[in-house]
Amino acid sequence: MQKRLILDGPLLEITVSRLCQQLIENHQDFSNTVILGLQPRGIFLAERIQQKLGQLLSKPVPMGFLDITFYRDDFRRRDMPLEANTTSVPFIIENKKVVLVDDVLYTGRSVRAAMDAMIAFGRPSKVELLVLVNRRYSRDLPIQPDYIGKNVNTMPSQRVLVEWKVQGSKKDNIWLVNN
Amino acid sequence: MSQLSVRHLLGIKHLSHEDLHLIFQTADNFKEVINRPIKKVPSLRDITIANVFFENSTRTKLSFELAEKRLSADVVNFSSTESSVKKGETLLDTVNNILAMKVDMVVIRHGSAGAPHFLSKHIDANIINAGDGTHEHPTQALLDTFSIRERLGSVEGKKVVIVGDILHSRVALSNIFALQKLGAEVMVCGPNTLLPKYIDQLGVHVELDLDKALAWCDVANILRIQLERQQIKYFPSLREYTLYYGVNRERLDLLPKPITIMHPGPINRGVELHSDVADSEHSIILGQVENGVAIRMAVLYLLAGGGV
Repeated sequence: MQKRLILDGPLLEITVSRLCQQLIENHQDFSNTVILGLQPRGIFLAERIQQKLGQLLSKPVPMGFLDITFYRDDFRRRDMPLEANTTSVPFIIENKKVVLVDDVLYTGRSVRAAMDAMIAFGRPSKVELLVLVNRRYSRDLPIQPDYIGKNVNTMPSQRVLVEWKVQGSKKDNIWLVNN
Repeated sequence: MSQLSVRHLLGIKHLSHEDLHLIFQTADNFKEVINRPIKKVPSLRDITIANVFFENSTRTKLSFELAEKRLSADVVNFSSTESSVKKGETLLDTVNNILAMKVDMVVIRHGSAGAPHFLSKHIDANIINAGDGTHEHPTQALLDTFSIRERLGSVEGKKVVIVGDILHSRVALSNIFALQKLGAEVMVCGPNTLLPKYIDQLGVHVELDLDKALAWCDVANILRIQLERQQIKYFPSLREYTLYYGVNRERLDLLPKPITIMHPGPINRGVELHSDVADSEHSIILGQVENGVAIRMAVLYLLAGGGV
């Protein structure tokens, strides 16, 4: 198994800062915008971004977690059902701007499911997508991100591995793994 | 990724400790779903479920139907009172006819113990037992233990007494299995005539005195006196039963600590349970009903997801 480092701690910090600046450019003080991290792995990035935005704006930015397990399109097409995670949307998203946050964008199917899941909580006025790693040329659906941490060109045999310190890794690192 | 160890939910007896925890975990998520503005997920949209009820039921049937609809499954209902069963069709024929219409799962309630087991050996669909005679009622036991876990944090180490008609109760047997698998201590309490012989072989305590039983327990699950199942008299009169085994406020006030009161419904108010207890803050009866939908969604979801 070969691993290539595509983003590491310091660079990741810069990337997150840049993404936050871009978000502020479009959403100003976040008075009408909420962040939704996608379970299970998008929530670490969402937390990081919420933290950084809180520092930059000197006020807390509303954030929720969205689990998409029950909305997936591969239920019954895989051998076993996936284990669900908690959903926590502690605000009303009706007429809000929503920024969906995930770590890696690959086929776009999770994001499709996330949009379905999100609609169950109301009708947002606008939905945007922020991803840390965008795997280009691999989409199954017409879904593109609005904010990109890093673009990478990958092959289907490869996999993007995101390690977070809060999850127990030694450092924040993002790897491209050849299986 | 995880899966139940069984293809059908026939009884709690066949489930493992891990299965119970997986069902609870999934039900936690569904409980959150049914409290959303839009209480529906599309998981089972390509699945058809038949609710085959050979015995009357209001709450279980409604609960299953709601669970199925909130998972976006297609639902067909069948009840024996308005069907060809009256014309003499056998159980297997009835169900095979329903399956010929391409049904994926069957929820069955039947008056004879073992009917769901019999079906599971002959047909291909996933079977869910919604009560078979006086044998098992697994989803009720799951929602009861789920409600205890929700109220008290966990089931392990808790003392639970099941009061009333243990002899005719499928809820009691399923509850005993579920509680024991989750590490609770179980006691049954009722008049001698309504306790099955050798019930202590299941490893439960037996107590005839309700006050002693209530003083011992953390949770009391009060069963309904099933008047329709009693061809012979098991106790002299309802009035006498109420006197000895009716749970009321005075009894609870005498206890050293507050206990949680459960009832699978429908309640005979003023018989096994008095209104001043049923509507009190100790009762989690309506919580049980809400949890019933979440538990049934979890069971349907986990059984349906076992591959095509």
